[in-house]
Amino acid sequence: MADDFTFELVSPETLLLSGEVDIVTVPGAEGDMGIMSNHAPLMTSLRPGMVSVNMKEGGEQSFFVRGGFADISPAGVTVLAEFAVPKAELTKEVFAEQKRLAQEEIDAHAEGTDEDKKANARAFLDQLNHMEPTLLPA
Amino acid sequence: MASLKDLRNRIASVKATQKITKAMQMVAAAKLRRAQSAAEAARPYSQRMDVVMANIATAVGDSEGAPKLLAGTGSDKVHLLLVATAERGLCGGFNSSIAKLARVKARELMASGKEVKILCVGKKGADVLRSEFDAIMLPIVDLREVKHVGYINASDIAKQVLSMFDKEEFDVATLFYSEFQSVISQIPTAQQIIPPQIADVEGDADSAATLYDYEPDENEILADLLPRNVAVQIFRALLENAASEQGARMSAMDNATRNAGEMIDKLTQTFNRRRQAQITTELIEIIAGAEAL
Repeated sequence: MADDFTFELVSPETLLLSGEVDIVTVPGAEGDMGIMSNHAPLMTSLRPGMVSVNMKEGGEQSFFVRGGFADISPAGVTVLAEFAVPKAELTKEVFAEQKRLAQEEIDAHAEGTDEDKKANARAFLDQLNHMEPTLLPA
Repeated sequence: MASLKDLRNRIASVKATQKITKAMQMVAAAKLRRAQSAAEAARPYSQRMDVVMANIATAVGDSEGAPKLLAGTGSDKVHLLLVATAERGLCGGFNSSIAKLARVKARELMASGKEVKILCVGKKGADVLRSEFDAIMLPIVDLREVKHVGYINASDIAKQVLSMFDKEEFDVATLFYSEFQSVISQIPTAQQIIPPQIADVEGDADSAATLYDYEPDENEILADLLPRNVAVQIFRALLENAASEQGARMSAMDNATRNAGEMIDKLTQTFNRRRQAQITTELIEIIAGAEAL
């Protein structure tokens, strides 16, 4: 049995989750990663996706996050997400809203020269389209 | 000389005013509670953000090629003053004290030959500043339709500010808002957000010295983090402002209610005296008339 460590998920508006967990999976910028206790200090930005944690009490929980960071330090793991909702509250409307935001972002950079940002926004939209059927019961 | 009827009307109107101020006070109290809990809920995020910012900033340090958002543009010719006030009045000195702070700063900057631009969030501050700075005011950000300030509002404002920064329309941005201390004390505050002033990580040297791995790398994370930090700072200011506004309104309305009460007492006393005097006069007239017969 792995040791437990402290995990916190915060969005600008509220603290969503705080507690002892034994494993956390986050969608890191360069691939999903599972984090257990005594992980080396690491800071990573996140792709939009699901963060799932295995709580010491309360079993597994997962959240949809968009835009943020995971700060992995000896003291614990903190995920700072610009937007986060528990999986249970993930509905078609939430997806629609996120898609709209992504589309806006693409439009905003449509004429710009910033190819990176455009590509990022497009990747995000693709990801949303890809995730929707797997997460939402038809 | 006011007649009895006039006095009665005045008493009725002051009573009506008192009812309104009393109701406004209670509404403000309820809203204050909500605003305070929103501000509290947002605190963990901005605290973490500060720590993360401080960590990365020390890691990247003063190295060449640090993003402009962190290091500044290298000049401080053009200043953007972001003045956050309320959309509504009747909240004591809340709006005017923020506007005053911004005005003092603007004058000071202009006196030292800098260029100043003012972006007002909220109509009330703009009204106050317009008389003096109309020429350098940008279109105000209107939050009148917004019932509860959300992160989305802050991030919209941040987007606007950042796109101006990208176009090199200013070098330094300062945010003016009112920090909530208590119902009777709100402190107008000026905070420089671009380039950000990095807070010292709360004294624990070992956490600052922790060697982090970065994924993708420091610069990319920083490029992502800095704009977000601007939005977070603005969000925090808006929340503090919301709480301060309600607090200020609550105490202003409390005062107004009390004043109205005093006025009612005074008017009632005058009214009673006047009525008694009238009765006495009438009695004397009747008695005098009876004696004359």
